[in-house]
Amino acid sequence: MTAVAATWRRMFWPQAGGGVPAGVFVTILATMVVVAIFAPLIAPYDPNTQNLLGRLKPPGTLARDVYYVLGSDELGRDLLSRVIYGARVSLSVAFLSVILSGCVGITLGMLAGYRGGWVEVVVMRFVDIFLSIPAILLAIIMVAVLGPGFVNVVLVLALTRWPRYARVAYGQTLAISNQPYVRLAKAMGAGPVRVLFLHILPNIIAPLAVVATLEFGLMVLFEAGLSFLGLGVQPPTASWGAMLSVGRNYVSSAWWIATFPGLCLFLLVLSVNLIGDRLSAYLNPKSR
Amino acid sequence: MSVFLLQRLGQAFVAIFGVMTLVFFIQRLTGDPTYLLVPETATQADIEAMRRSLGLDQPLVLQYVSYLWDMLRFDFGTSYVQNIPVTEIIASRLPYTLQLAAGALFVAFVVGLPVGLAMAIWRKHPVTNVLMGMVLGAQSLPTFWSGILMIMIFGVWLGWLPPSGSGSFAHLIMPSIALGLLSMATYARIARSSILDEMSKDYVRSARARGVGTGRLVGKHLIRNSLIPVISISALEISQLLAGAVIVETVFAWPGLGQLTVQSVQSRDFVVVQGIVLLGAFVTISVNLLADILYSVVDPRIRKGGRA
Repeated sequence: MTAVAATWRRMFWPQAGGGVPAGVFVTILATMVVVAIFAPLIAPYDPNTQNLLGRLKPPGTLARDVYYVLGSDELGRDLLSRVIYGARVSLSVAFLSVILSGCVGITLGMLAGYRGGWVEVVVMRFVDIFLSIPAILLAIIMVAVLGPGFVNVVLVLALTRWPRYARVAYGQTLAISNQPYVRLAKAMGAGPVRVLFLHILPNIIAPLAVVATLEFGLMVLFEAGLSFLGLGVQPPTASWGAMLSVGRNYVSSAWWIATFPGLCLFLLVLSVNLIGDRLSAYLNPKSR
Repeated sequence: MSVFLLQRLGQAFVAIFGVMTLVFFIQRLTGDPTYLLVPETATQADIEAMRRSLGLDQPLVLQYVSYLWDMLRFDFGTSYVQNIPVTEIIASRLPYTLQLAAGALFVAFVVGLPVGLAMAIWRKHPVTNVLMGMVLGAQSLPTFWSGILMIMIFGVWLGWLPPSGSGSFAHLIMPSIALGLLSMATYARIARSSILDEMSKDYVRSARARGVGTGRLVGKHLIRNSLIPVISISALEISQLLAGAVIVETVFAWPGLGQLTVQSVQSRDFVVVQGIVLLGAFVTISVNLLADILYSVVDPRIRKGGRA
C-alpha cells in the first residue's frame, strides 16, 4: 500500500522541475466532478428560472431577492447556477463519449492486430478514412444529419473518435501478440475473446489510458464547440459552450457571461491535459 | 522510389474514395436524404418532385454510382437555399480561410519555434517552467474563449483592433492569434523534443568538445537537423487549422469556409456542408501525401522500405 502511495506521490507531486504540482490539477478535476454530481445541492438557484427584471446584472448584484454571485445572463438567470449545471453536461458528454469510442476502438483495434488478414485490412482502412476527415467537420456533418441533442452529440463524438483508440490498440496488440505468454494461452486452448481481454488488454491498457485521458479533454472542447455553434445540447439546458456563444453577443455590455464559463472550461481541459501528460511521462520514463 | 510513390498514391486514392462513400452513407443515416436537401418550407409535393429530379427514388446502388460520377467530375451539386453551384460558393470563401490559416501558421512558427528552442537549451532553468506552463495553457485554451477575451480586451476596452469582421490587415490579427495559439503549442513541444533528441547525439558532444559555443552549435547544427519532425507535423497542423477555423471564424465573424459551414448547417444547406467536408478531407489526404513524399526525399531510409 505504501508503495502505491509513493508511486502516486511521485507522479503527482514530483520533487524537482515540475512547475505546478499535478496534484493541484487532480484537485480541480475532482472538485468539478463533485460539483457536477451534486449540482442540485450546490447551486444557489434553479439554473433555468428567468428573472426579466434582473437581466445582465454584474457579479455581486442583488435584484429581486436573488443574489447574483457571478452576475446574471440575458434572461436574468443566475450565472453561477448555470455554470455549475454546465459542468454536468461537459463532464457527462465527455465521459460517455470516451467510454463508448474507447470500447469500440479498442475492441476493433485489438481484433485487427490479433486476427490480421482481411479483418486487419478492413478495420485499418476504416481508421484511415475516418481520420482523413477533420474531426470537427465530421462531427458537424453528422449532427447536421441526425440533429442536435445530448444523445446524438455523444453518439457523434464516439463515432468520430474511435479510430484514435483503434490505431493505438492495433499497434500495441501487434507488438505483443507473439509474446510467449500469449502463444501459451492460445496453445492451452483459450479462445480469442479470452486471449484478447484477459491476456492482451491488461498489457496494453497503459498507453490506451493516456490516449483516453487526452481524448477526454478534447471531447470537453468538442462538446463546448458544438454547443457554441448551436449544434450541441439544446437550450434551455445550461452548457458552457452555449453560454459562451451568448456571451459573445454581449462582449461590450456584460463581460461576465463569457468569462466564467470559459474559465471553467479552460481549467477543466488544462487539468485533464496535464494529468494525461504526467501519466504519459510516468509510463514512458524515456521522454522525461 | 517509384514503387513507394505508387503505393502511397494508391493509398491516398483509396482514402478519398472511402471518404466519399462515408459521406454518402452519412447522408442516409436517417433514411431519406431528400429531407436534408429541401428547404424547410417545402410541401409534400415539392419533396416528391425533388426526390424524383435528384434520382433519390432509384435503387441505392444506382444512386451511389451517380453520386461517385458527380464527385469525379467535381460536380458538388447546387445549393437549394442560394441557387448557386457549391463550387462557386466555396471558391468565394476559400481565400479568407487561406489568409487566416497563413496568419495562424505564421504566429505558430514565429512564436512556437523559439519557445521550443529555449525550452530545450535552458532545460533546467526556471524560465523553462514558465514557458512550459504557457505552452500547456495555450494547448488547453478553447479558441472560442481566447477569441472572446481578446475581442473584449483589445476590441472593446482598449479599442486597438476591430472586434470582428474583415476588410483590413488589422482584422486578421486577432483571429490569427486565436487560431495559431494551439498550433504554437504543438510546434513548441515538437521543436523542444526534437532538439533535445539531437542534443544527445554524438556529433553534438564532439562539437562541444571542439569548443563550439552554444550559439554556433544551435545555428549551424541543431536547427537544421531537428527541423524534419517540425515540417512533417505541419501536414497535420494544416488540417487542424482548417477544422479550428470553423470556431474561430464564427467568433470573429470572419467570412471564410468555417463561417460558411456553420451558416449552411443553420440554414439546412446540406449540399454546401457536404462539399466543405469533402474538401477538408481532400486537403488532409493530399497534404499528408505531400509530407510523406517530401519526407522520403529527405530521408532515403523511408523509401527503401525500412520504417524510420
